[in-house]
Amino acid sequence: MTEPYIAITIIWAFLFVYAIAGSIDFGAGFWAMYYTRKENTEASVIANRYLSPSWEVTNVFLVLLVVALVGFFPGAASYLGTLMILPFSFVLILLTIRGTFMVYAYSSKKYSRMLTIISGTTGLFIPALLVATLPIAIGGFVSIGGDRDYLLFNEIFTSPTLYTHIGFGLSTELFLAALLLSDYSREAQNEETYLVYRRNALLMGPITLLFAVAATFTLLPEAGWMVENMMNVWYLFALSLVAFIIGYGALFLPSRKENPGRPRLAVIFIVIQFGLASFGYGFSHMPYILYPDLTIQDAFTDPAMFRWLLVGYGVGLAILVPAFVVFWRLFMKDKRYLQAEK
Amino acid sequence: MDEVLLARMLFGSSMAFHIIFATLGVGITLMILVAEIVRAIKKDDHYGVMAKRWTKGFAVLLGVAIPSGTIVGVMLSLLWPGYMAIVGRVIALPFQVEIFAFFLEAVFMSIYVYAADRLSNTMRIISVALVALGATASAVLITDAHAWMNTPRGFDIINGEITNVDPWAAVFNPSVYVTVLHVVSSAYMAGAFVLASIAAFKLLKKDITPDERSYHRKGLTIALIIGAVMSLYTALNGHDTAKMLYEHLPVKLAAAEGLFETQDNAPLAIFGIPDPERGEVVGGLEIPGMLSWLASGSTDGVVQGLYDFPEEYWPPLFVHTLFNIMVGIGSLLLGLSFAALFWRFVFPRKPLPKWLLVILVTTGPLAMLGIETGWIFSCTGRQPWTIYGVQLTSEAATNSGNLGFLFALFVTLYVTLLVLTGLVLKFYFGRNPVRTELEKLQG
Ligand code: HDD
Ligand code: HEM
Ligand code: HEM
Repeated sequence: MTEPYIAITIIWAFLFVYAIAGSIDFGAGFWAMYYTRKENTEASVIANRYLSPSWEVTNVFLVLLVVALVGFFPGAASYLGTLMILPFSFVLILLTIRGTFMVYAYSSKKYSRMLTIISGTTGLFIPALLVATLPIAIGGFVSIGGDRDYLLFNEIFTSPTLYTHIGFGLSTELFLAALLLSDYSREAQNEETYLVYRRNALLMGPITLLFAVAATFTLLPEAGWMVENMMNVWYLFALSLVAFIIGYGALFLPSRKENPGRPRLAVIFIVIQFGLASFGYGFSHMPYILYPDLTIQDAFTDPAMFRWLLVGYGVGLAILVPAFVVFWRLFMKDKRYLQAEK
Repeated sequence: MDEVLLARMLFGSSMAFHIIFATLGVGITLMILVAEIVRAIKKDDHYGVMAKRWTKGFAVLLGVAIPSGTIVGVMLSLLWPGYMAIVGRVIALPFQVEIFAFFLEAVFMSIYVYAADRLSNTMRIISVALVALGATASAVLITDAHAWMNTPRGFDIINGEITNVDPWAAVFNPSVYVTVLHVVSSAYMAGAFVLASIAAFKLLKKDITPDERSYHRKGLTIALIIGAVMSLYTALNGHDTAKMLYEHLPVKLAAAEGLFETQDNAPLAIFGIPDPERGEVVGGLEIPGMLSWLASGSTDGVVQGLYDFPEEYWPPLFVHTLFNIMVGIGSLLLGLSFAALFWRFVFPRKPLPKWLLVILVTTGPLAMLGIETGWIFSCTGRQPWTIYGVQLTSEAATNSGNLGFLFALFVTLYVTLLVLTGLVLKFYFGRNPVRTELEKLQG
């Protein structure tokens, strides 16, 4: 593998981690809001218990992604930055409202319901907006080379692929969050909440799959160049479908608890499914970062910088992994936290 | 309006917003650590309550620091694509390592806040120390990138292409040590004075119990000690920072001091308005020879003036005022904190007089003003360069348009968040007064 390919694989890995962690984070924010006044308020408490310690850590992954892109592909960062200034600015504003209002909600009980509603709904749209930038990267919606570079908003808004992508972003976050929270509730030995989130996951799973297929098919006419690449790696997509079926099926497997389903297994297989599908998608996208103007070779950083960045990531991860283990044990495993009264 | 100017305004206001929360994030974590350590040594639960309340305030501020930092981090690529194209090739390392500092801070912050009841005393101190380390490290690393913009090293430009990249020469550029130390010590100083302000304000209230009074006195004392030490250090090191400018960025120093003619025995001009027509500062106070002495260590030192440089490379002349405000605040806070501590330890039984408390209330806002003016001075004083001598701001800026609209949108967001954050803090501490927590201690 050449250096640009190693670098883009690392970027893919970060993107993948953020796509999963971010979806769960924003989706959980939505569920926490949705259940505040419902009959099953435990569902909201569980979602908040997951969110409180984790949203800051999740946000760092977003920053990590941006910084890694700047370091490995400075050309791409500046190019995408110029083009995407409007969509990214909106994401930033939503992200800020979402994060701050969530913190405000913890601190002022009196207004906490209103604040939670604001943060839950703004959070909901962030993944949708982020996913909507994917079709832009395949080309066709940009004007480059005049005295300024810009997006062709008219064409974007009249293209069906925008809407299928938004639908895909929304359903994915709700699905992943429901699935993870079902596992989290089971870990907390709260079977009633487990059933609530299992039901949501069962509902959202097929919807997500449908949107994924629809997004791909509405994308193809815009991206003839990708189709052949996708055909070449058809087995990745096939395996991904298999992983989905196993993961979804795991929610019906018998368990040692009173209710059916193995949520841990389901989470693992659905994550594998997303990994395979997104790797297949990213692989078919190569060598372009933005079709047809920018390839990974053009955008690549200085080789000396590349090597030191690799060393940096290695050392940084070696230091951080133990910290993450402590974190995991305290918040995802420790019964005293999971089952606390309030 | 000119798009480059709009980009500068948008980025400058975003940084000015982020720095409020970022600086307090660095400064207050140190104070929490100090409170935890004093508590462990003195076995006095007041310090435990203090650490807890400061942490609560800090958690709210961090909730704004993180998204606003995410904004500026992404905005660098959105507004300054030309600059980031060079950054990615030459000075990406500190940005990258900073991520790990963020992780460290965010992970241990969650542990310290949400798992405090499950941690031993030592583990609690260790986690808060790691939070402080993470916050300080993020300031150090981002300041490294900022210092590199003043004294860029570690690459050559041949035919417009960047070659011979040496990432470590970029990281250890000549101004990094002084600048990093100045930024960190001034952030510690600001955190300490903001807490001193609050304690002084509470001590001015009439209806507080003796227990509360003793609690706030303890808070004020440790805040003043840290504040005094840090302002002494900041002033000494600020002097070295000025020497750094003398050596590496003479035009910035000339603009800071309003010096037009190159001369030995150069005077130090305090306030006043630099007038390029007359070639001098109008209406200020002049101390003969002082600038030469400060910059070079002797009154014979020759200091370059603005006339030595083509006018198109002059920074805006109002940076003189910004610089004076920063230095003035530094000197004032230094004097004030030592005076208050002197009173406190010479007359340990007498409470601080009311007039002194009133003055102490202003120290927090003043320190924050020092941070703001210092940063705006440093970034605007670098104009018209983004990377000094390498890249002009107009070459760094985006060509994408729409900036006027975005500027209005973001400024509205910042103003709203400033108001809301203030209200949330007031609301929370109003409903959870320290009195109830202290009463709980007595059982
Ligand atoms: C509470 C805040 C505060 C206080 C009291 C001072 N400073 Fe400062 N100063 C800063 C906060 C600051 C800063 C915000 O941290 C800056 C902006 C950029 C930087 O590197 O640090 C800065 C920059 C800065 C620079 C420019 C460096 C550059 O452009 O790279 C100089 C020459 C000084 N300072 C000198 C001083 C002196 C002689 C002081 C005398 C007391 C002083 N500062 C007090
Ligand atoms: C010297 C001035 C600055 C200081 C002292 C400072 C400090 C901080 C601190 C303490 C935080 C919260 C840390 C945390 O996440 O746990 C923060 C967040 C952040 N800052 Fe700044 N910062 C400064 C300038 C900048 C600049 C210029 C950038 C842009 C490149 C930046 C980018 C960020 C980002 C991206 C975050 C959010 C990280 C996250 O998601 O947690 N900061 N900063
Ligand atoms: C945190 C406190 C900071 C404040 C308040 C601040 C303020 C400003 C202001 C007002 C400008 C516009 C300058 C002008 O056009 O007159 C600016 C520009 C800029 N600053 Fe800073 N700055 C801060 C820290 C930093 C740091 C740490 C970095 C580096 C990593 C940085 C990088 C830049 C860049 C790239 C520009 C745009 C290009 C330019 O105008 O030169 N800033 N900043």
